[in-house]
Amino acid sequence: MARTMTGAEMVLEALKDQGVEHIFGYPGGAVLPIYDELFQQDKVKHILVRQEGGALHAAEGYARSSGKVGVALVTSGPGATNAVTGLTDALMDSIPLVCITGQVPTHLIGNDAFQECDTVGITRPCTKHNWLVKNVNDLARILHEAFYIAKAGRPGPVVVDIPKDVQFATGNYVGPSNIAHKTYKPRVKPDQTAVRDAVDLMARAKKPVFYTGGGVINSGPKASQLLRELVRLTGYPITSTLMGLGAYPASDKQWLGMLGMHGTYEANLAMHDCDVMVAVGARFDDRITGRLDAFAPNSLKIQIDIDPSSINKNVKVDIPIVGDVAYTLEDMLRVWKSKAPQLDKAAHKSWWKQIDGWRAKKSLSYKNSNDVIMPQYAIERLFALTKDRDSYITTEVGQHQMWAAQFYHFDEPNRWMTSGGLGTMGYGLPAAIGAQLAHPKSLVIDIAGDASILMNIQEASTAVQYDLPVKVFILNNQYMGMVRQWQQLLHGNRLSHSYTESLPDFVKLAEAYGWTGMRCDDPAELDDAIRAMIETKGPVIFDCRVATLANCFPMIPSGKAHNEMLLGEDVSDEEVENAIGAEGKVLV
Amino acid sequence: MNMAKPLAKSHYVGPGAVQAVVSRTLSVLVDNEPGVLARVIGLFSGRGYNIDSLTVTETEHEKHLSRITIVTRGTPDVIEQIKHQLERLVPIHRVRDLTNEGVALERELALIKVSGKGEKRIEALRIAEIFRAKVVDTSTEHFVFEVTGKPSKIEEFIQIMTELGLVEVSRTGIAAIGRGPVSS
Repeated sequence: MARTMTGAEMVLEALKDQGVEHIFGYPGGAVLPIYDELFQQDKVKHILVRQEGGALHAAEGYARSSGKVGVALVTSGPGATNAVTGLTDALMDSIPLVCITGQVPTHLIGNDAFQECDTVGITRPCTKHNWLVKNVNDLARILHEAFYIAKAGRPGPVVVDIPKDVQFATGNYVGPSNIAHKTYKPRVKPDQTAVRDAVDLMARAKKPVFYTGGGVINSGPKASQLLRELVRLTGYPITSTLMGLGAYPASDKQWLGMLGMHGTYEANLAMHDCDVMVAVGARFDDRITGRLDAFAPNSLKIQIDIDPSSINKNVKVDIPIVGDVAYTLEDMLRVWKSKAPQLDKAAHKSWWKQIDGWRAKKSLSYKNSNDVIMPQYAIERLFALTKDRDSYITTEVGQHQMWAAQFYHFDEPNRWMTSGGLGTMGYGLPAAIGAQLAHPKSLVIDIAGDASILMNIQEASTAVQYDLPVKVFILNNQYMGMVRQWQQLLHGNRLSHSYTESLPDFVKLAEAYGWTGMRCDDPAELDDAIRAMIETKGPVIFDCRVATLANCFPMIPSGKAHNEMLLGEDVSDEEVENAIGAEGKVLV
Repeated sequence: MNMAKPLAKSHYVGPGAVQAVVSRTLSVLVDNEPGVLARVIGLFSGRGYNIDSLTVTETEHEKHLSRITIVTRGTPDVIEQIKHQLERLVPIHRVRDLTNEGVALERELALIKVSGKGEKRIEALRIAEIFRAKVVDTSTEHFVFEVTGKPSKIEEFIQIMTELGLVEVSRTGIAAIGRGPVSS
């Protein structure tokens, strides 16, 4: 039985029917009717951000840490355009978001009205799908469809653009239905022949490796459990992309560490030398593969992905499996167990011996100092002092992000929120706010850089308003460190505009927002200072002054192969400056 | 799946081995909702794919279904990507590569304006007859021909008319459908 109500009421009704508890937003003229409805209920809690960009990243952090769909509500025009970065970020990292945007009334659309922009036009390439709702009787159906599209198949962001007159208009509300979507029916169950072929190939491997990605996390906690079971059953080594960290415990002996541009030597060399690669929910991004024609040259590749367009996009695979990671791993486990294959134990023993040789290089080692805090040391200590707590880590983008990925180790999925595909500076603080909201009792830390944190620092005010005790741990080297590192690598160390001449006093800045500000520049005092940060009840900005010119190693220079890594320990400045050839220079 | 027996090596093709560029006619069945064409062409421009010809019209009014026929060029790998990327778009029902399936019937209509006097004019009319082009507008100084057929036939006709006083051309782009009794 359809119920009659206004469009604005429908928005709230649909959110409740979808089980939404929190939304992130910022009011404005074209969403006032929805805000009026928000005011008159208490089921859906609205978190007022300080800029719409913050709302989108907060929704991402909320979604990534909880497995739910993140919801944002913004106004027309600038509200919508400010949301574009977060939408693109969520599209690249496959984060399920529903973003509701206000729009000028339908009769003004196309007239260059105040705060009008072509929201569906602008967001078309940066959403999984979007809708402009011109008839109030379509609104409820579209809102429910939006939630379905956001989370079905490969998750992603969607936009529902609602003109103001549609918010005021009265129409029929329909609840969520279970009828199948007309066109969007992603395949979740894998082809069984492909699964059997994959298991056969894995069983015959002499030098196997698992290469896993964010798809494992997106598939849900069960996928991580199944992955652990399969990896342990096979005894094979496993590495992961930045987005997949936590799906497999970093404390396990089969774990090789992250792979890719700043991955470990053992992970990259194992990828390069393997004879069978099992890619699970990973998309062969350029940060992973390095030089394509030298990527794992002697391997047969199995790729499990829910998105057929991810298969054979960058790297040709031999056994493609289209399906959800959890369903596929479940089937692979069943087939593996029923076949109980005879593995080439001798070959695996020598493969592990080879891997142990690479491990012995200790590619993450760095020269520590008694005088200045090395950024790597700061993350190591942060990890050591927080690992036994229920903690969630977000990051901004740059060197600190890579050091966090290298030195902070995750044993569980959904604990690590970072902007991987788009590389959005300013992601970490709002994402931490979203994660904290989803996990109010947990310790949430944004590992930040001094440049990135300023890109969404206004959200510090949001944290105070909602009593969210997030900690921002700034590796402050006064540079845009990754930009500076690339200028050293590529541009003769001419540090064009990568030094921030006038950083704020982060302690005073924290205090201005009502946070606690702390500073540490002495390695000997670091542990106590980190403990003090953790013990502090409210939000804290921790200004960790670190060595200014440290580079992030190991590194596969652009245009180079996995076996051409630069290791940190004994690389000279000259080698750094000559590491990238002419072809690599044009790459990003 | 071409995975009966794994090869000794991956068949990954590096930049050294360049695949040949091929032309493909894709038939895309979509829900005729606002913005669906923008999604399709935005996908092509955003990902750097080519469009050689594009036609779109609602073909089943009750079901609000449109057929978009796209002629595109690319290596077989790129064509494969284009198909998968199109299939990801929410309002798309299905994508078929008519060329690859060897079933494509392709037709195009062109309106061709030719002006001239005397011998050239008579010659134009004679050629038009050979191509089964109809005269749809005329004066003592011009013809407008309507010609339908495969794109290659239309190209040929235009080529000849260039010598006989071609003024301008308007083409519909390619409509294509699969042969045989089943739906494409």
